Amino acid sequence: MISEEQVRHVANLARLGLTDEEVERMGTQLGAILEAIERIQELDLKGVPPTANPLNLTNVFRPDEPHRELTREEALSTAPEAIDGHFAVPRID
Amino acid sequence: MAGLLDLSAYELARRIEAGEVSAVEAAEVANDRVEEVEGEVGAFVTVTPELAVERAKRVDKRLRDGEARLWEAVPLAVKDVLSTRGIRTTCGSRILESFEPVYDASALRNFGEDVVMVGKANMDEFAMGSSTENSAYGPTRNPWDLSRVPGGSSGGSAAAVVAGEGWWALGTDTGGSVRQPAAFCGTVGLKPTYGRVSRYGLIAFASSLDQIGPITRDVRDAALLLQAVAGHDPRDSTSANVEVPDYLSALEEGVEGLRVGVVTELMDAEGVEPEVREISARVARELEAAGAEVGEVSLPHAGYGLSAYYIIAPAELSSNLARFDGVRYGLRVPADGVHEMYRKTRGRGFGDEAKRRIMLGTYALSSGYYDAYYAQAQKVRTKIIEDFRGAFTRYDVLLSPTAPTTAFEIGSKVDDPLAMYANDLCTIPANLAGIPAISIPGGLSNGLPVGVQLMGDHFTEPTLLRAAYTAEQAAGFRFELKP
Repeated sequence: MISEEQVRHVANLARLGLTDEEVERMGTQLGAILEAIERIQELDLKGVPPTANPLNLTNVFRPDEPHRELTREEALSTAPEAIDGHFAVPRID
Repeated sequence: MAGLLDLSAYELARRIEAGEVSAVEAAEVANDRVEEVEGEVGAFVTVTPELAVERAKRVDKRLRDGEARLWEAVPLAVKDVLSTRGIRTTCGSRILESFEPVYDASALRNFGEDVVMVGKANMDEFAMGSSTENSAYGPTRNPWDLSRVPGGSSGGSAAAVVAGEGWWALGTDTGGSVRQPAAFCGTVGLKPTYGRVSRYGLIAFASSLDQIGPITRDVRDAALLLQAVAGHDPRDSTSANVEVPDYLSALEEGVEGLRVGVVTELMDAEGVEPEVREISARVARELEAAGAEVGEVSLPHAGYGLSAYYIIAPAELSSNLARFDGVRYGLRVPADGVHEMYRKTRGRGFGDEAKRRIMLGTYALSSGYYDAYYAQAQKVRTKIIEDFRGAFTRYDVLLSPTAPTTAFEIGSKVDDPLAMYANDLCTIPANLAGIPAISIPGGLSNGLPVGVQLMGDHFTEPTLLRAAYTAEQAAGFRFELKP
């Protein structure tokens, strides 16, 4: 069980609007899931390196050559609102 | 023309190559079949019959000019997570209900100039789920038994293949999303090595795990479809700069001397049904009878894979899904300030499972919990990779069930996330290690298909496909059109 306060805090970090009913359900469900996955903490993994990519790629470089991908119109064509060639958003608060 | 529906994609391609059938005729057969069964099955979010015929005409012309490749004329279902230029791509989510991408995914560009696409296949929202019930566009039904799920998240792709709504399909696999629905629907599903197929234009779920893969009627079709889409792509820096071999040439060479390890932890895992275990063991015995050396192998950390996955995948997706904020694409719910707009848009646009996993991932990455969850899970991932590395010094191919059970009833697990997650127990380790894995039908349990999984080391798809082809022949499971 995760407290209501924690659920609201995490939802705020994720910019995710939840109804009161969703907050309540989320507390119970996340609690159960976390309890189940916590078993990885029983392993002693001190000194084991973490894996972020299964092929162990390091930096991948390519020549820095400009080329055209999308036009400005194409890039903006999917936007809910665009003004003067820019993405438009409500007042920044 | 109904007879065409009984052919595999490869056989159909050969008929078209020989001039016995045109691409347009094949597209029309697929469209008619969609018309006939789609109301019952619901494999697609969007069907594209006119587009299929129009593109098939161009393929026919290019075939006459000798410019098209063997596979291009065979109608394909495409999971709705792959970007298709000018054609709505929803990811099964309300937040992308009217999103039309401005470019095509590289896998589709590789397939051909004119992809004869039957439609965009239904899926769990943003590929999160194991039943295709988490789609904003309604569930897909399993053509073997319409009261059951087709698996997920590529459930629409698998259902389309077994229903004959197209001859083959592309899905994506992050924790089993190609292999498990393939198993539930009696089809073949291949998750290639991480990086084998470009992820450019694949709308990201968990970037270090996601891989595009074929769902097909048989192993040969899977080899052919992988051939069509694989390859290095400068647009995806994680795509592998490794030459693409000929996947078809070695299929029939048999398994004499091939070392096959049966994975103890996955065979005996909690929740694996006895008949599923028995069918998996039988496939191992059949490989042995065909000349393989079969033994048992242990992956001591495999049992921790599920837990590690349900930290790593939500962590990556909570970050990837941050882009759906009502600014550049998709839904926007109007509000006074930008933060309220983000919250309302995401609150209305995402479904239950997406919200759960965004919360889980955000929590696991948040200050104070990072080391206990995310960092620890990344170390577990290293241990699982080491387990596989050890196993592959002694064995060429590893064998296990694909999923613990056969297809379950629609609605039976949708409110119990932990029961749903347990479906991925056997498939997740391959994603964590980035190795290729394939599910083939091994037989039936109570009239429903059971999938058996084979896994290989990085970039050993030719060996894996050869083993799968041999096992498929031995199991004697013949593809059947349903319903």
